[in-house]
Parts: sequence; structure tokens; C-alpha cells
Amino acid sequence: MSSSRATAYGGRVMLVVLMFWTLLPFISLFTAALHPVGTFPTGLSWPAHPQWQNFINAWNVANLGPILKSSALIVLGTVPITVVIATMAGFALGQLRVFGGRAVMLLFLIGLTLPLEGIIIPLYYELNSFNLIDTRMAVILPLIGLFMPFSVYWMRAHFVNVPRSLTEAARSDGATTWQIFWGLQVPLARPAIISLVIITTIWTWNQFLLPLVLVPTNVDSRTMAGALGAFQGQYSDNIPLLAAGSLLILAPMVLVYIIFQRQFIRAMLQGAVKG
Amino acid sequence: MLNTATTSRRPLGAGSILRGLRTLARADRARGWLFLVPALVAYGMFVLWPLANSIKYSFYNWDGINPAKWVGLSNYGQVFTNATLYSAIEHSGILILFFSFLPTALGLALAAFMRSAIAGRLGTVARVVIFLPQVVALVAAGIAWSWLLGYDGAINQIFYAPVDALLKLVGLGVAQQAWLGSFKYALPGVGLIGIWVMLGFCTVLLTVGMGKIDPSLYEASQLDGAGPVREFFDITLPSLRQEIGVCLTVTMIAALSAFDIVYISTQGGPANQTMVPGLEIYLLAFTNRQVGLASALAIVLVVLVVICIVPIQWYVNRGNES
Repeated sequence: MSSSRATAYGGRVMLVVLMFWTLLPFISLFTAALHPVGTFPTGLSWPAHPQWQNFINAWNVANLGPILKSSALIVLGTVPITVVIATMAGFALGQLRVFGGRAVMLLFLIGLTLPLEGIIIPLYYELNSFNLIDTRMAVILPLIGLFMPFSVYWMRAHFVNVPRSLTEAARSDGATTWQIFWGLQVPLARPAIISLVIITTIWTWNQFLLPLVLVPTNVDSRTMAGALGAFQGQYSDNIPLLAAGSLLILAPMVLVYIIFQRQFIRAMLQGAVKG
Repeated sequence: MLNTATTSRRPLGAGSILRGLRTLARADRARGWLFLVPALVAYGMFVLWPLANSIKYSFYNWDGINPAKWVGLSNYGQVFTNATLYSAIEHSGILILFFSFLPTALGLALAAFMRSAIAGRLGTVARVVIFLPQVVALVAAGIAWSWLLGYDGAINQIFYAPVDALLKLVGLGVAQQAWLGSFKYALPGVGLIGIWVMLGFCTVLLTVGMGKIDPSLYEASQLDGAGPVREFFDITLPSLRQEIGVCLTVTMIAALSAFDIVYISTQGGPANQTMVPGLEIYLLAFTNRQVGLASALAIVLVVLVVICIVPIQWYVNRGNES
């Protein structure tokens, strides 16, 4: 047996170990979720009588119906506006090459490294002055701003690579900039736009610090992740219920990811490397 | 839309078309600003303006309600002299080891060994699986790991015996315990969660990077009689400069701004052993109402991120220019 065959075999074993390590928390949550409420399960153990109704109980106890709706509304308020204005800005920076574009890009790049904790305090007082604390708008508006650095940067990277002769040809045919944008460039940018929609949807869903601070009491107006924090505070002793609730909250985005995994992984890798 | 414009086209000489295009291009470069305005307004209102206010608040003593009092740099003095605040910054440094250096190094080793395996059919599934932590809310990961690292959790169940044997070998016997509740092991426990979150991202990124290396480089070095280890250090590592830079940048920002995982799994405890700047900022501003002090810590955190990122970016970009 050649050494390269041995390496390939070893590589495959290592891959399986890595997969198990990644899935371990989910497996552990799943087996814990099936134990009777009020018991203390041990590690990875399959219960004698799996309690499937725990998932229904967790749904009711955590009041997941309204929170699911709230998360969907926050995503619908955040993602379309983010994508439209970032695509416009990316077009201006990558195709039209506006005056001062390099300086503007640099300004956006600062935001790429900025931790949310650096601005969360003034954000609270700003939204308080708009009377928006404890509403969904308090999450939607800051998120649009916070998504700008990555989104503009991502769309600019697309538009820089579209030949400018396309825009110029349409221009010499008498099309206005607005027509060129919507009629020609946006349809061409569809793959980049789809990736951006998926990535910002997942990031919105998982947002925790923002709803924790800006929607402090009205838990039903939070994102799923934000609500999970409150649920954990109340049921930290009830491991089966907490595990079931966590899995329910994870499920929608894992589903979105499995459907669009190719776009998501590509966007995460390219978005990172081009920086 | 475009078609109606075509019909009104008038015949023009080549020179005047070029001149016309050039004027149009210049008009574009000015009018294009209209396309930038919405993004700049959103970014300015909800990122740059609050950032400026963080700086402003950091010079005041303010409880969030009563009039603020100017105190100059004294909040910053407190950040570096108050033992709890300063230790939060030190913990961040330790978390960088776990969130950043270990996943990058492990990712490199794994990518080198698994390169052929990840190209196959198993690899397609594996890539989707090991990228999963990037999709899952950190809050949920925190809940899952608090349970895994608990006294009755799966980590004790699966790993306790071998780890215990290993530790006894170096003379450090440890009793089975709730790792996140332990004075000594809580911070490494939080670090372990960080490894879980980051390892898949780094491994996939580095594997993709390795796939882009020109195979003829390896053939040439094999003709020179180089072994796999020398190949790794002479070819693989230098070619991955950019990917390694990205891994370190992304993971360091995550380490320094860690909040969700700590808030859920330890709340900074036991006895502040896992207190990190992110959580301290939150508690100071919204529980203790020391808005000025919290803002000073926030600005220190922003500066720390810059100090960590700039040398990496400089190193990566220097390689690109030469």
C-alpha cells in the first residue's frame, strides 16, 4: 500500500472525526430534548421513552408563534432595504466610479472591523430619542446601517468586474443611469444579490446583542436569537425543554442554509478573502 | 426601456461619439453620488454617528439620566487601573489564543491532511457540516455547550477518562467537574466553544486556498527531493499568506468582541473569571448606569481591534505588492 493511499485514508478518518465534533452539540441537544421534563439527562443517552411532545411544549411555553412572526417581520424590514441600497452604492463605486469613491470605500471598510459593542451605548440613546426602544424598528434601522460595510463592499466587488463597456454601450443608446441600473446591471448582478440576501437573512435572525439592548422588555418583538436568551434565563434548570426550544429556534436558518449552502459558503469565503 | 432609447439614436461621427461619452462619463462620476446617498445615510446615522458619540460619552461621568459631567481622561485611567476592567481585557488576550491561533493552526494542519479527502464526495457533505457553526446563532451554541460542558454533559462522558489519564501523566490530575463553573477551567471552556465556532470556517477557507496553489510548484520541489514537511513550509505556507491573514483577522475580531457565548454560558463568572470587555460594557452601561466608563472601555476595545488587525493586513498586503 502506497503512502499516498494511507494519507488519503487518514484524511477521510480525520474528516469524519471533524464532522462528529461539529455535530456533537446538536446531537447532544437532540437527545436531551427527548428526555422527560424535570429529569436530568446524562451526556449522550437515548431515553427509554422519547418525549416527542417536548417540542410542542417548548413551542407553547416559549411562545414561539409570535416570536417567529416577529423575526420574519424584522428580516422583511431589514434585508430588502439593505440589499437595494447596498446594490446602488456598489454600482456607484464599482461601475460609475464616482469622484471620491476610494475615500468612501475606505470609510465603509472601517465599519468592517468595528465591534458592535463600540457603538451599542449611543445607539440605545439615539433610538430612545426617536421613541423606538422596545419596537422592531429599533432592531431594523441599526441593522441596515451595520450591514452596509459588508454589503456595499460585496456588491462593489461584483460591479468592478462587470465590463464598463456594457454601461457605455447602453449610455450611447440614450439610456439614463437609472435605466441602466435597473434594466441592465441588476439582472446581471442576480447571483451576487442572492448571496447577499441569504447572508443578511441569517445574520439578522441570529442577532442577539441588538435586540437584548434595544428591545429590553418586549420579548415578543425580538429576533429568535434574542428571544432564546430570555427563554434560557427562565428555564435554565429545565434542560429537556431548553434543548427542545433551542433546536426549534435553530431549525429555520439551518433549513435555509441547507437549501442555499453553495451560495452561503461561497459568499462567506469570497467576502472574507477579497477584504 | 432600453429599446425605446435605441430608436431615437442619431448618426454621429466617431469623434463626437467619443467626446460625448467622455462628458457622459464625467457626468456619471458626479451623478453617481445619488446612488451612494442612501447607503451613506444609513451607515452615517447608525454606525458613524454613534461611534462619534461613544468617543464623546467616554469623556463624561454620566448615569444616562442626570446632566453629564466632564471628567477628561479619568474614565480611561479607570479602565487600565480597575482590576476587574483590566482583567476583562486580559481575558480577551487569552480568548484570542483559543478563537484565533488554535483554529488557524489546527485548520492548517487539517487542511493539509484532508485536502484529497475533501475533494471527494464525502468532502461535499463534510464541507456543509463543518461550516454549520457559521449559520447557527451563537446563543444556541452557548446553550448547547453549557450543557455539553456541565457535570453530566457529553464532554465528561466521552472525553473525561482519556483527558484525565493524559493530565495525570503530566502530573495534573483533575476531578470530573462542571467545567464552566470552575475557577480555573471556565475561561478555557469558553475558549473551547470559540474553537468550535471558528475551526470549520478556517479549515474550509484554507482548503480552498490550498486548492489554488499551482501543482507544478509541488512537482518541482519533489524533483528537488523535498519531503512533505519541507513542501508544507516552503510552498504551502507562503502561498496561503492571504487566507491565513483572513482567518486571523476574522477570528480576532470575534475573540475581542465575544459577547453572546459568554452572556449565555457563564455571565462572566465564576468570580469574573470569564468577564470580557463586551459583557463588561453591557453591564456597566445598562445595569450599573456608568455610561461614561462603559463608553471608555468600548473605545479601548475598538482601538484594540485596530491594533490587532493592522499588522496582519500590512503583512498580507506587503506580500501582494512584491
